[in-house]
Amino acid sequence: MSVETNETKIAFDQSYVSDFSKQRNEPEWLTELRLRGLELAESLPMPKPEKTKIDNWNFTQFQHVVEASQVEKVDDLPEYILNLIGTEDRTDNFIVQRNSTPAFKQVSQELKDKGVIFTDIATAVQEHSDLVKKYFMNQAVKIDEHRLTALHAALLNGGVFVYVPKNVEVDVPLQSVFVQEDGEASLFNHVLVVAEDNSSVTYVENYLSHSDDQASVANIVAEVYAGPNARVQFGAVDNFAKGITTYVNRRGHVERDGKIEWALGQMNDGNTISDNTTNLVGDGSYADTKTVSVGRGEQKQNFVIRVNQWGKESDAQLLAHAVMKDSASSIFNGIAKIEHGATKANSEQTERVLMLSDKARGDANPILLIDEDDVTAGHAASVGRMDPIQMFYLMSRGISKQEAERLVIHGFLAPVVKELPIEGVKKMLVEVIEGKVTK
Amino acid sequence: MTAPHIKIENLHVSIEGKEIIKGLDLEINGGEIHAVMGPNGTGKSTLASALMGHPKYEITEGKVTFDGEDLLEMEVDERAKAGLFLAMQYPSEISGVTNADFLRSSINARREEGKEISLMKFIRKMDSKMELLDMDESFSQRYLNEGFSGGEKKRNEILQLLMLEPKIAILDEIDSGLDIDALKVVSKGVNDMRSPDFGCLIITHYQRLLNYITPDKVHVMMQGRIVKSGGPELAQRLEEEGYDWIKDELGIEDETVEQA
Repeated sequence: MSVETNETKIAFDQSYVSDFSKQRNEPEWLTELRLRGLELAESLPMPKPEKTKIDNWNFTQFQHVVEASQVEKVDDLPEYILNLIGTEDRTDNFIVQRNSTPAFKQVSQELKDKGVIFTDIATAVQEHSDLVKKYFMNQAVKIDEHRLTALHAALLNGGVFVYVPKNVEVDVPLQSVFVQEDGEASLFNHVLVVAEDNSSVTYVENYLSHSDDQASVANIVAEVYAGPNARVQFGAVDNFAKGITTYVNRRGHVERDGKIEWALGQMNDGNTISDNTTNLVGDGSYADTKTVSVGRGEQKQNFVIRVNQWGKESDAQLLAHAVMKDSASSIFNGIAKIEHGATKANSEQTERVLMLSDKARGDANPILLIDEDDVTAGHAASVGRMDPIQMFYLMSRGISKQEAERLVIHGFLAPVVKELPIEGVKKMLVEVIEGKVTK
Repeated sequence: MTAPHIKIENLHVSIEGKEIIKGLDLEINGGEIHAVMGPNGTGKSTLASALMGHPKYEITEGKVTFDGEDLLEMEVDERAKAGLFLAMQYPSEISGVTNADFLRSSINARREEGKEISLMKFIRKMDSKMELLDMDESFSQRYLNEGFSGGEKKRNEILQLLMLEPKIAILDEIDSGLDIDALKVVSKGVNDMRSPDFGCLIITHYQRLLNYITPDKVHVMMQGRIVKSGGPELAQRLEEEGYDWIKDELGIEDETVEQA
């Protein structure tokens, strides 16, 4: 059996997938899930991102697994990774993954004593099989949504598991660094964050690759579960080079009085489909989504930021800021869905796109889907150029045109930058923005 | 250092094809404070914006020299670096850029690479100027003008004036919307700058600011040009008698640009 994603066939069949699962010593439920995913991938259609044609995108050309080496000591990691995790202000808790290999992990004894789990996904399915099973593609993202979620399950090769038990507050950030070191290596990465009742945690992840020429695929799913009165802060900086086609689906599930706050710096250079949806299931639940992106070159991107609200008095805040240059094209769909019965729910969204080039395209589409009368909702969207009056103001103080543009762009993207809780990551995002807008 | 000097000759300015300033002459030297007064709609603010190089205004005729250089040939940032400053009537709001970062960038733009102002020196200077202007220290970390009240924006313009120490400053209706206490604070800031190395053009239609900043020369603008000049006593007379006597004297029926 083989899977046909576009015109090209992927050479992964049942025996490959079950062998792969066996090699990794996986529990039976996961092997079955993988096989089901493989089967579904044959019949399900590709996702259909609105206004973005993905027919010609590369979803098939990649090397499923390219082995990379583990390191004994943290200092044996390459310098660019060390920069990301910082030196003096380094968090005690981090995982570094090279290609799909967990290369180094460190978790403080204090967190272990509290029952916090922070480990790579391969270890997690062995050591905490029941716990992972309860949440893995079960609460938030479903295996049968489309071909890419099905393939994700079938070919899963990396990721991390975060578990915070009831009433435990983790006051230091947990950090993952996922690096594609070999240009053809794929990432089928799954991040599962579970915060039980009254707990709290801050998780930050980086995706990084370097090859503009070699083609590969990143198929990333993050599921975030915030239990009753739990709070999850989720920060991410995606920085894949041009060679990688990305499908990234980050989804939240929030119970009563729970909170998820997303701060996503989406800085990929390759074609990207990003779906960030939060389901506010419980009454009084809260979602805050902030995302910034820069489009450049010929790249095409499609971003959905969406909050579905079932909970009474639930509150959704969405903000997307983007800078578009060269011939890049991006679609931003901000969707607020308030279900019948979600009385006193509130939803606010803002999408702003700053155009730096005549050839670039940026569409901001705020969409309100409301099936309940007793709610409040607002939206604002704009696509515009650099404001000449703002430029005049800055330049009238002696600042050059180039520097004035830089200041305005940094200011425009600041809402996400300032939310990131790890200095190294914040610095990296600022540098990436700098690199992308000035070159 | 020679005293600053700006000379405006036969200046004509248009916006969207419509002429607003119609042949204006004015000369300001270091150590002098000039006030340009006049009713609304006579072209006062256009003069201020055009001198700084506002993108909407087109200079169709005339000459402006600043310390002997052709001002109109310079880009906006070059005018600032040459020592010109405009305190704006409606300053822009720039989200995500703190007041402090903005001011440091502005100061460093005037300095050579490698000779940037040290952080300590900058903070000390900013603290002392903010104290002079009765500004809460939180203003340094707030985003540039974002959410500022009208009065706060005006104070922030004067803070920039004090930090950047230009040779010639134009204050465009810096007094509008200010209560008397704020007016005193702003005046204190401007008076603090007085020296032979500093010249100032104050644009206003109220005399009350001039109670706190005594001008050396007062000019009245009507129909896009200066129609009368005098000393501080001219401002006093305008305060007492209004503008009608000037219109009568010069045979002007409608002082605005529209009818001229």
